[in-house]
Amino acid sequence: MTTSDRVATQAPGLARPERRGWLWPTLRAIYIIWYRDILRFWRDRMRLLGSLAQPLLFLIVFGTGLGSALGGGGAGFGGSDLNYTQFIFPGIIGMSILFSAIFGAMSIVWDREFGFLKEVLVAPIDRSAVAIGKALGGATQAMVQGLILLILAPVVGVKLTVVSVVLVICFSFLLAFALSSLGVLIASRMKSMQGFQVVMNFLMMPIFFLSGSLFPLQGLPDWMTVLTRIDPASYGMDPLRRVMLDGAGMPAAALDRLSLTIGDYVLPIWLEGVVLLLFGVVVLGLAVRNFRRRD
Amino acid sequence: MSEQAVIAVTDLVKRYGEVEAVRGIDLEVKPGEIFGFLGPNGAGKSTTINILCTLVEMTSGSARVAGFDVAREPDAVRGRIGLVFQDPSLDSQLTARENLEFHAFIYDVPAASRKQRIDEVLEMVELTDRADSIVMTYSGGMRRRLEIARGMLHTPEVLFLDEPTIGLDPQTRRHIWGYLADLPKQHGVTIFMTTHYMDEAEYCDRIAIIDHGKIQAVGTPDELKAMVGGDVVTVVTADNEAALPTIAAMAGSEPIRDNGSLRVEVPDAAAFVPRLVRDAGVEVTSVQFRRPSLDDVFLKLTGRAIRDEEAGSKDMMRMMGRAWGGRR
Repeated sequence: MTTSDRVATQAPGLARPERRGWLWPTLRAIYIIWYRDILRFWRDRMRLLGSLAQPLLFLIVFGTGLGSALGGGGAGFGGSDLNYTQFIFPGIIGMSILFSAIFGAMSIVWDREFGFLKEVLVAPIDRSAVAIGKALGGATQAMVQGLILLILAPVVGVKLTVVSVVLVICFSFLLAFALSSLGVLIASRMKSMQGFQVVMNFLMMPIFFLSGSLFPLQGLPDWMTVLTRIDPASYGMDPLRRVMLDGAGMPAAALDRLSLTIGDYVLPIWLEGVVLLLFGVVVLGLAVRNFRRRD
Repeated sequence: MSEQAVIAVTDLVKRYGEVEAVRGIDLEVKPGEIFGFLGPNGAGKSTTINILCTLVEMTSGSARVAGFDVAREPDAVRGRIGLVFQDPSLDSQLTARENLEFHAFIYDVPAASRKQRIDEVLEMVELTDRADSIVMTYSGGMRRRLEIARGMLHTPEVLFLDEPTIGLDPQTRRHIWGYLADLPKQHGVTIFMTTHYMDEAEYCDRIAIIDHGKIQAVGTPDELKAMVGGDVVTVVTADNEAALPTIAAMAGSEPIRDNGSLRVEVPDAAAFVPRLVRDAGVEVTSVQFRRPSLDDVFLKLTGRAIRDEEAGSKDMMRMMGRAWGGRR
């Protein structure tokens, strides 16, 4: 069959454009896959409100309760005038990001279950676009969910500055990207919702508890120190806490005693950002490889 | 492969482990044809269509669609085909227009003609006035129409439909066929579809009957019916076993036992029936005769009937799946 035969079978005036390389169609596909997630997220605003309940519960009940047990909920946490609620506030933002990033990315499993994924997988696009678009979509949603909690900062008593807010946004995104990439990787191998509970209990909960969102990661037993340093979320919780408390005027020496360390070395926040980014890219690369396989 | 074929398949085989789902299929589909793949569930229809759509890799053989090799140039094939899947594949939380916009983006419909094209396909399936409603509020038939519109959005050369009307009521099925039958003439597209509904196969220009992973016969509905060789007479007698040899002798062919009746093909039923009643030797309780249907063709080729009931439980599951998907 010749090219002219093929064109002749099409509706008039709608000749197919030549493919414009690989990059442009892939970027366009990433955009629309991301956009669909955002559209659905926006359309489901009630869920957004509902999802605030859990972090609020943690912050108020857990923060107050455990804070009182630790020392009257008063001043002195980590050798400063910081109370426990203020300490876990950045951790709760991180928690919100963690859960919604992984869940958001795992909506791929829903798409598979309800057939929509097929529409994407048969399209003439590079399948890397599916993984990247979903990871970015999940990351954006998670970032928004985390940042909404910043409105509670005055209630908790954490002072925000322009610089600390900008840095919190950056690290929220990096943390969200790393974890939603992980979510995409899990979803790329998961054929049904059956395994969801397993992922929840054996992956998300450990990541959350070991991330330093609820307690400082210094002075722990060796085995736990190792696990907390393997946990990718640790590299997001720590910079979130440090930039927020630094902005709130906490002395650097006190801050160092709460920070993530390797040995005695206090990791600079930029390095933590690099760790998150690398983790996200590598994990997403593995997800892309899974998506490119055909049955 | 002929110069003309839009789809050309040679000795296609697909094995899943020990199971051979498709066992050497050859077929050619001409431009502008409505080509139907008819067979019971599990015959290999969906596997074949999935291979042609590049969703599943073939074990051996070759297949070309729209001038490109399915195995070697899957991306080129994907851009030139439209798909309507057996199971729903719309995002029910988006509007019809948003679903189509998504499709236009990933199928590289040029920005300049995107909106116009979306309006055209919406009009084609008469969904213009509901274009901005969330798909969740659509009926099953409307969703199917939207999926057909989506499949046509990027002006494909071949539109693949896998059981396009499964789980829909007969009235909706006829309605859907109203759109499908016009597509080749109005839009120059070739249609390749699978079905297990005999009445739907009648809409096709040509049909391949598939069973156990092999094509049993190919032809126009009339050609296939001509294979049956005359009228079909269905007889119920007081004692079918006793009547069978007599009927076989009278008709010149062996009757098929089917559900408490005997079915036999004769050249001229009007002359045959009075003789039968007179000479059968046992009491004839009922006689029916009619022109052959594709059902009879299938029965003749495979020795068993293909019936819609076979799909009953599967249809039911799909319908439940749809209802549940709608509530997402």
